[in-house]
Amino acid sequence: MSLVYDAPLCPLSAKLPEVRLFGKRTTLRNPVVIKNHVVGMVGALKTQNRAMHNMRSELKRLMHIVVCIKQVPDSAQIRVHPVTNTIMRQGVPTIINPYDLFALEEALKVRDYHGGDVTVLTMGPPMAEDALRKALTYGADRAVLLTDRHFAGSDTLATSFALSQAIAQIGNSFGTPDIVFTGKQTIDGDTAQVGPGIAKRLNLVQLTYVAKIASIDLSARTITVERRSEGGTQVLKSELPCLITMLEGTAAIRRGSLEDALRAARSEIVKWNAAEAGIEDITKCGLRGSPTVVKRVFAPTPRAEKATQIDTTEKTVRDVADELVTSIFTHQPALEHELSSSGSA
Amino acid sequence: MGTRKSIASPAAGGRADTKKKLPEHFRDYRHVWVFMELERGQVHPVSFELLGEGRRLADQLGVQLAGVILGPPGDSTQHAVSEAFAYDADLVYLVEKPLLADYRNEPFTKALTDLVNKYKPEILLLGATTLGRDLAGSVATTLLTGLTADCTGLDVDADGSLAATRPTFGGSLLCTIYTLNCRPQMATVRPRVMRMPQRSNKPIGRVIRHDLRMLEDEIVTKVVGFLSDGQSENANLAYADVVVAGGLGLGALENLQLLKNLAQTIGGDYGCSRPLVQKGWLAADRQIGQTGKTIRPRLYIAAGISGAVQHRVGVEGADLIVAINTDPNAPIFDFANVGVVADAISFLPALTDVFIKRLAPRNPMRLVN
Repeated sequence: MSLVYDAPLCPLSAKLPEVRLFGKRTTLRNPVVIKNHVVGMVGALKTQNRAMHNMRSELKRLMHIVVCIKQVPDSAQIRVHPVTNTIMRQGVPTIINPYDLFALEEALKVRDYHGGDVTVLTMGPPMAEDALRKALTYGADRAVLLTDRHFAGSDTLATSFALSQAIAQIGNSFGTPDIVFTGKQTIDGDTAQVGPGIAKRLNLVQLTYVAKIASIDLSARTITVERRSEGGTQVLKSELPCLITMLEGTAAIRRGSLEDALRAARSEIVKWNAAEAGIEDITKCGLRGSPTVVKRVFAPTPRAEKATQIDTTEKTVRDVADELVTSIFTHQPALEHELSSSGSA
Repeated sequence: MGTRKSIASPAAGGRADTKKKLPEHFRDYRHVWVFMELERGQVHPVSFELLGEGRRLADQLGVQLAGVILGPPGDSTQHAVSEAFAYDADLVYLVEKPLLADYRNEPFTKALTDLVNKYKPEILLLGATTLGRDLAGSVATTLLTGLTADCTGLDVDADGSLAATRPTFGGSLLCTIYTLNCRPQMATVRPRVMRMPQRSNKPIGRVIRHDLRMLEDEIVTKVVGFLSDGQSENANLAYADVVVAGGLGLGALENLQLLKNLAQTIGGDYGCSRPLVQKGWLAADRQIGQTGKTIRPRLYIAAGISGAVQHRVGVEGADLIVAINTDPNAPIFDFANVGVVADAISFLPALTDVFIKRLAPRNPMRLVN
């Protein structure tokens, strides 16, 4: 049987990529290069010619997809110290940014349909490996952790720089990505700016807030998506390679298979520091590479007076409701007239 | 990724103190710009809110306020130009080109970055809408400048730099951010975070036209269709005058109907806190709070919502906040104006009935539900 990997030849020193073909996961052996593509052959030399023929038709169907994820504190459980106003990090569990799960799910769906493999990438402290392993249990094929003290304090510009360099390096090592996915935003930073930043730096077509991938034509290298925009949905036709930020709620997140869980536990996570990710200019990373800087962190000022409580003792619900409505109209006299003319009651 | 903005790091404060050393080539960056979001012929109201903020910043800096309008030739673009002046812009930068008819990242990014490079503003504000966030990230990365997303407060520092305040850590704290050594200082602000300024009837002033050198053939992405939300029920939450919202205190999915009944009775819209979206009871576009919609209604009624900071920052702009919660110590009572310690499930129907009774006599001919 013959295998094809739709990607530039990986460096000879690099580990040969694992690919998924006809739903099976296998490692390339005996690489042969045809027009910038690695062609691996595993046994079956007699049928080599036929295999080469099959390979050509397969050539167009295999994809490489990179999904950027972030490990975030489970923000529902973040507590602020009441006196010092600092974040109490101790014991706060971390999760994969929930928005990223929709990106991962979509990537896996595309891979399952078109063939190919999914690489998950994160930048963070060494413990972010947990998030990558979790992503592997969903069925991702490979995980890359970008970790280096130089990245600490990165703002969106520095983050998009480091990630784009790592994605380029992933391209060198494991095949040029056809699609890079991110979630629409993170739950801790909430900026929604890193995805567009990566797209710009890698010169990828930028498709944000994608609600649905309508179709991908790998031979024509085109993609059609439905994109959430103000007041409606844009249907956009564009080209690969592209970067997609996925909307939430676009699909049910799969439960990984037992096979994937076992593989995730065994898998080696690729760990790169800045140099290994091909980053030469370290001044573009971390605090030094971040034009924005936090001057001050503070708690929201409490309102001077607490809410006026409607006394509920020994009153019927109806009386309390009546009193509340009176109070509302006392505060906002104009509302009484407007509501009665606009309400559907 | 990683420790964003290492909060406790003394280095951060140290760097912030060096912000006065602006490189020579950025010193001639002046004036405040507001990107006017024009999509499908309509100016997004957030652009007017930003013009209001931009006016204040420009006055503090003693510089001019400009609106930036990118759109197709035609009436709607011209209307946007006159609206920019009506909302107190001093001048308008205008790029009119048919290929700007629908928003697409490539031509908009090029048009805006070209304008910035040519006319050099010190501050550039955009709405944190799907369009604004798509555009801001590309433009900031192209210009290699700082961008502070989803600001809730903008100010000018003593030395003239922009101090942009935004919630951090999921809205549990606020932080003030500067852009060091780079211009323009970019910020996005979500709809309804800033007050809508007064519209006046100022005549059209100076309009500077710029030619976007780009052909349709150079643009990879094509718009092949648009499915409008139309009068869909979820269109107006952010701009509704009256909003009622429910939280975990509603107890069960079917109790959402109590919320909808009240909203319908008083002609308002309805929403929810984050946990209900996470439970899948309501769609994400109904979520109110830092990660959902920011609202600024005249009346906001929160039923069974505890009032975490992430929710609070989304509703603080309301004129009157009414909270209904069983827990007298719920944080929502710290920022509500009127509170009722009661179970939302039994209280909402009673409240709806009272509203019907109080509002009905003025309209005796109307059907009651």
